[in-house]
Amino acid sequence: MQQRVDFHSRIEQALGNPQLKASLRSAMDGLMANRKACFPDADALEALRLRGAQIRANALSKLPQLLLQLEQRCTQNGIRVHWAESVDEANGIVLGIMREHQAELLIKGKSMVSEEMDLNRFLEAQGIECLESDLGEYILQLAGEPPSHIVAPAIHKTRQDIARLFKEKFPDIPYSDDVDTLTRNARGILRKKFYAASAGLSGVNFAVAESGTLCLVENEGNGRMCTTVPPVHIAVTGIEKVVEKLAHVPPLLKLLTRSATGQHITTYFNMISGPRRTGEKDGPKEVHLVLLDNGRSRIYEDNELVNTLRCIRCGACMNHCPIYTRIGGHAYGTTIPGPIGSILEPQKAGLDNLGELPVASTLCGACAEVCPVRIPIPTLLNRLRYERIRSDHDGATHGQGSGRTRKEAAIWKAWSWLHRSPVRYRLALTLATRLRKILPLGLGPWTRVRKPPRIAAKNLHRRAREEGFNDR
Amino acid sequence: MAEQKRYPAKPKKAYFFATCLVDLLYPEAGLAGMQLIRREGVEVIFPQDQTCCGQPAWNSGYRDEAREVALRQLACFTDNYPIVVPSGSCAGMMRHHYPEMFRERADQASIEAFSSRVYELTEFLVHVLKIELKDLGKPIKVALHTSCSARREMGVADEHEALLKQLSKVELMTQARKEECCGFGGTFAVKQPAISAEMVSDKANAIADTGADLLVSGDCGCLMNIGGHLDYRDAAIEHRHIASFIWERTHATEG
Ligand code: SF4
Repeated sequence: MQQRVDFHSRIEQALGNPQLKASLRSAMDGLMANRKACFPDADALEALRLRGAQIRANALSKLPQLLLQLEQRCTQNGIRVHWAESVDEANGIVLGIMREHQAELLIKGKSMVSEEMDLNRFLEAQGIECLESDLGEYILQLAGEPPSHIVAPAIHKTRQDIARLFKEKFPDIPYSDDVDTLTRNARGILRKKFYAASAGLSGVNFAVAESGTLCLVENEGNGRMCTTVPPVHIAVTGIEKVVEKLAHVPPLLKLLTRSATGQHITTYFNMISGPRRTGEKDGPKEVHLVLLDNGRSRIYEDNELVNTLRCIRCGACMNHCPIYTRIGGHAYGTTIPGPIGSILEPQKAGLDNLGELPVASTLCGACAEVCPVRIPIPTLLNRLRYERIRSDHDGATHGQGSGRTRKEAAIWKAWSWLHRSPVRYRLALTLATRLRKILPLGLGPWTRVRKPPRIAAKNLHRRAREEGFNDR
Repeated sequence: MAEQKRYPAKPKKAYFFATCLVDLLYPEAGLAGMQLIRREGVEVIFPQDQTCCGQPAWNSGYRDEAREVALRQLACFTDNYPIVVPSGSCAGMMRHHYPEMFRERADQASIEAFSSRVYELTEFLVHVLKIELKDLGKPIKVALHTSCSARREMGVADEHEALLKQLSKVELMTQARKEECCGFGGTFAVKQPAISAEMVSDKANAIADTGADLLVSGDCGCLMNIGGHLDYRDAAIEHRHIASFIWERTHATEG
């Protein structure tokens, strides 16, 4: 959940943990290499990314209309559609469905929107048990931690961490840090629960407007079980996940699996088009779709920031981010970490709460280089930096202007005053050069791990003149 | 990421934009860049009224302040000559961000025309001047750090390498994760000093592991960061701007 905890102290904590550093580094190196191996042809990749960006931009350009179409088609297919403006409303809807069926156990596939809703905690307070069935999410549920990555939620944990956790929670099962054994044990525990649960919950990767189809990408088969075994299936998703046509799914799917884990295709790809029909032997009796806004329509209002909503949640931007790789997902303190989190979450929670996130970037561009739908993340980070300090109140972003300090504003005013006048600038250059032996260059944090730079005896303006380079 | 660029034929004259870091801290790099161009028979013009591209303010969100400074630069380079910049970062600012910065202005077309004349130094040497280098130096092992903006915004990582590969006695060493950012990021290094320190130390380790004698880069921000850290560690690795390095190794007989 978003909360204003001290970002800096979380960073210090993460940087002080050498084991975290090693796990993240090797995990991210692996994910980057896998992705690279999947896209051997640079031109083909660029063409595909362009296609992906177009498909998502197209869907967003007609979002209101496509959502209505989606609702209509889903309803025709027998899916019950619910609209939720806020997280509270979405939680209320899920609770209502659970109550209607006197359901006591909800088995969950991986869903970042349910994390955004903090659904587990909400339902548990109402006496309803939630059980994560994705292995990574299950591990985190046992550990009582939020995910630290949107695709690989427990990436910050080592095999040994997980083995110890299992031993602590299930003392009867013999200790093992063998991945296959751990997986087999978890599967054994979870399998029984699938039959006991009266409802299953999943996210949605793409919701197809023209056909009312909910697409779900996964590797463990737990998603298929959650959406077919219990009598009720509840899908939760953000309103931005809609795409116009079925034909738009293959290119996005191709981009998603390759960018995320470097797989050509995942083990499971589910296309859910309604509840069990008469005469069919399996499938849920009811399917619900909860469409969550929670600030998205506000992001939608802005021509430039709307591009944030193109995201297909592949996680490639975090895998390639040098900052994420150093501090891990928990340090961000948001549901979605990494570069996409740093543009999305402050827009949702307000720059007054999370305004530090867009500032904590070198704008190196590694994220935008790999983003399968070409979200210009650095440009949007820059835009949010502006929103954070702007003094008029013309924009629409929450918490606008909250990061403006009188001191910083004065520094930039002075900077501009100096650099917009060639005379003043040259005077300052000369002065700095004269005083170079005594000027305290790079005081503060810079020199903690660096020797300060030295001002040259003659600046380039002067040397250019001396060496006979003309002024015009 | 960079669009397919068309390069003009060798011009008679070219402008040089120093960048404020080069101006104050690395003037020899700027001078070397100008001398390299001049040696190829192109007259180099250095407008004395130039100051800074405006990037520091732009990246800090102070857009009006950045615009005021950028406008001054537009006024300095009015003739239709190429504008050469010894920095991927400042070149990226002037080439790609100026049009975005002045998106709503009536004279947008003239700003785009200005931006399309901006070249990063190594791409100018390789593609416009088609420079051929004769290495006069002693054998040396060199590591290259290409700045993120040179690599991703300007798309000139190959040009940096191509120039170094022309130098016959230079052995180009490749550090692990060479594409990764060094952690400078302008004000980032000051606003997030702990992360920045971690990044620069990883970068320095990777460079030291190659056994290089020297680090070169086309951007003074990265040089100041990595070089400053190498010095802090007392590492036996020197650091130099790519222009200074190339000039030093090629000018003795011709210069
Ligand atoms: S922003 Fe792009 S790279 Fe990051 S998760 Fe979304 S789609 Fe993937």
